Amino acid sequence: MRLTLMAGFGLALLCTTVQAATPASRFIQDPYPSTYRPLASGPVLIEHATVLTGTGERLDDADVLVQDGRIAAVGRGLQAPEGATRVDARGKWVTPGIIDVHSHLGVYPSPGARAHQDGNEMTGSVTANVWAEHSVWPQDPGFHTALAGGITTLQVLPGSANLVGGRGVTLKNVSATTYQGMKFPGAPWGLKMACGENPKRVYGGKGVPPMTRMGNVAGYRAAFIDAAEYLKKNAPKDSEPKKKRWWQRDSGEGQDSSGDSGGKRDLKLDTLAGAIHGDILVHIHCYRADEMATMLDLAKEFGFKVAAFHHGVEAYKLADRLAAEGVCGALWADWWGFKMEAFDGIQENIALVDRPANSCAIVHSDSDEGIQRLNQEAAKVIASARRAGMGDITPEHAIRWLTANPAKALGVAAQTGTLEAGKMGDVVIWNRNPFSVYAQAEQVYIDGARVYDRHDRSRQPVSDFLLGQEVSR
Amino acid sequence: MSRRLLGRLCLLAAAIAASPAMAQNVLIRNATVHTAAAQGTLKNADVLIRDGVIQAVGAGLAAPAGVDVVDAAGKPLTPAFFAGITEIGVEEVSGEQATDDSSVSLGNLQPMRPEFDVTLAYNPASVLVPVARVEGLGFTLLGAGTGASFIAGQGGVIRLDGSADPIGPRALFIRLGGGASGLSGNSRAAQWMLLDQLVAEARGRIPADSPHALLTPAGRATLAKYLAGNGRLVVGVNRAADIRQLLRWADKEKVRIAISGGAEAWKVAPELARARVPVFIDGLAALPSDFDQIGATLENAKRLDAAGVSVGFTQSGDASHNARKIRQHAGNAVANGLPWEQGLAGLTRVPAQALGVDDRLGSIAPGKLADLVLWSGDPLDVINTAEQIWLGGKTMPMRSRQTELRDRYLRDSGALPRAYSR
Repeated sequence: MRLTLMAGFGLALLCTTVQAATPASRFIQDPYPSTYRPLASGPVLIEHATVLTGTGERLDDADVLVQDGRIAAVGRGLQAPEGATRVDARGKWVTPGIIDVHSHLGVYPSPGARAHQDGNEMTGSVTANVWAEHSVWPQDPGFHTALAGGITTLQVLPGSANLVGGRGVTLKNVSATTYQGMKFPGAPWGLKMACGENPKRVYGGKGVPPMTRMGNVAGYRAAFIDAAEYLKKNAPKDSEPKKKRWWQRDSGEGQDSSGDSGGKRDLKLDTLAGAIHGDILVHIHCYRADEMATMLDLAKEFGFKVAAFHHGVEAYKLADRLAAEGVCGALWADWWGFKMEAFDGIQENIALVDRPANSCAIVHSDSDEGIQRLNQEAAKVIASARRAGMGDITPEHAIRWLTANPAKALGVAAQTGTLEAGKMGDVVIWNRNPFSVYAQAEQVYIDGARVYDRHDRSRQPVSDFLLGQEVSR
Repeated sequence: MSRRLLGRLCLLAAAIAASPAMAQNVLIRNATVHTAAAQGTLKNADVLIRDGVIQAVGAGLAAPAGVDVVDAAGKPLTPAFFAGITEIGVEEVSGEQATDDSSVSLGNLQPMRPEFDVTLAYNPASVLVPVARVEGLGFTLLGAGTGASFIAGQGGVIRLDGSADPIGPRALFIRLGGGASGLSGNSRAAQWMLLDQLVAEARGRIPADSPHALLTPAGRATLAKYLAGNGRLVVGVNRAADIRQLLRWADKEKVRIAISGGAEAWKVAPELARARVPVFIDGLAALPSDFDQIGATLENAKRLDAAGVSVGFTQSGDASHNARKIRQHAGNAVANGLPWEQGLAGLTRVPAQALGVDDRLGSIAPGKLADLVLWSGDPLDVINTAEQIWLGGKTMPMRSRQTELRDRYLRDSGALPRAYSR
């Protein structure tokens, strides 16, 4: 009890510090804050492994020391601190925890019951007011199968029925009774938008806008025009010169500038304004190259930045532009053809998006099956690139598609995504080179705690839903 | 008389199609030959192909005159893989109804249409065919999708060599369980009630002119054919309890069945083995995706195999466009305890036997069609790719619409837009 309290206090301090450094605009105040607390864990020294750091390096016969929930050191011949658990990882590979930027776990959980369809608020084409986290069912067994595949962090997004689907949330893949208990402390929200067929099919089919791709773009523009005006009225104070009047109090009601707005809060516009302001990261479901280019123009028109295009089966057609503009491509290894806008998918998409300098290629899942084996999806990319004569992509490079790059797209690269001293102790021990169909995560650590162990049933979480079912594991 | 003549002409046409002019003669030397047959794996072995058929398998075979010699450099050579139960060539773009002929929904016009034969819609020019083929896939079971009835209709085995017609017996597709209960009055119990009635109609116990008849005359004839043992019923079913009912029903009616899906088949493994029912599983099913699959586990294949069940693979996801993913299913089954040889068998011998085409497909042995794949490495591992596929001894081009797109965008863009490069 006391320990928990202390840990909580420490974390609270940490959060306060972070917030003080960058004052949150009112658009991103969080009335549903993270209550996540790392599990208690002693120091762990993983020894004699092949280590892919996520920074592009590969270290053979190397050690990783995790202490106080953080990566303490990576290198050869590290000394085990007193009381450390030593893990003999000879023949094994160690990587940062795997990160999926596109998941619907919890919002489209298993079992796929009608009552569980919580991912698309298909009541209007712009629902920036909804937050995916309010749909997350923490008992989705998919979180645990993903964990067995090495997933330590994931972004849960609303679906793609809407032009603007709502806010996505970044979770640590830990077991909790509430989603707040999984919420990645300090991670920015994502804003889910969607191009192309889905919104126009869903709404055009009902005879309401949008019915066409031009209707889609008109819809985004109308929403952002409203948001720009709202932002002007409600600009966060930290970005404006102080205009303190004699009748105002010294320190404001924190960051809430509603007193200046003269109007009530609008949840929809809060989110869009937060995106323009750069506090909420924009993730766009977009398949075709031409539509991605249109969205980049839209982003310029309204002054927001696109963090990543998701699915982008045609991203290879504008790989250079994505790299030049610092936009990530969160992509599948091999999906194609299931609808018209996916007809030009190729298996070298990720490798081609990865090819230019300063690129940001990401392997994502959008699937409760794919998220269990993103390492295999990456292996397929390596294999296809080799066959296409694009050369041998090294494991130390490819691992970035699953770790450092998604961390960047989610705005959590300072905390996780690489094995660098000071970062969260999010680590996977694989039984072999992870880029193989035979690779299995043997141990998964989140913030230094062993939350999954293939060979230790006491470290294999089971959802409440599966408890008592006739499941043999 | 004229019918007989037509038959002879057809035979002649078939003979021309299989003549040496069309099918190459090839000697593949120095391969690690995974025969998927009694011979197992042969190292440093050769395979001689004459007239599109495997003539000899062994070490140090002599190269007859006029035979192309391929040095495999020790790489794995396997039978061309089974693509799973797919809609390759009967759907081009899943989301575009006019390109998808995989299922029938006749609604009020007697929805029960076992006579529906999806292979009649097969388009060998579909871009899905080469996309699958360059990945080492040589044949598929075209499946009838579930439309307005849980009796979906017929499909058949198609070789992915560009030929237009199915080979071997047809299969009749049936879907049981919760996912299809909306097609049987909202209860899976009624699926057995309706099946009993259909069987009674097909066997003539219910008169054809009965006002209660569910089948058309053609439907009765079709179902009667399967009840007489010609062709298999491929039953999509996941829940163990439903599989038990199915085994009981198949035993009673003496029909030959195979199961597709079978997420909980491992719970009924001894019964399946005893009844010699092959099971096509999804090798990646690990989640309780619905209430029929609460017991889904990655060890399904391992447990079924250990009990003596023939395990094949098929996909519940995007089985057609992404048919190539089927290797990953077998590989994951192996990673979760299935012996490697059985993983290979699940993509070769097992489906060929289950579908009645093992006289031609599914193994490397003299007399079998030369449908072969040379791989860059272990073919069950996704880190490897198919380097060359031969179908009927023909060296198939390793090109598809996707490799064309790839190559267009791999090149630096020139002075002209990419539309001018090919």
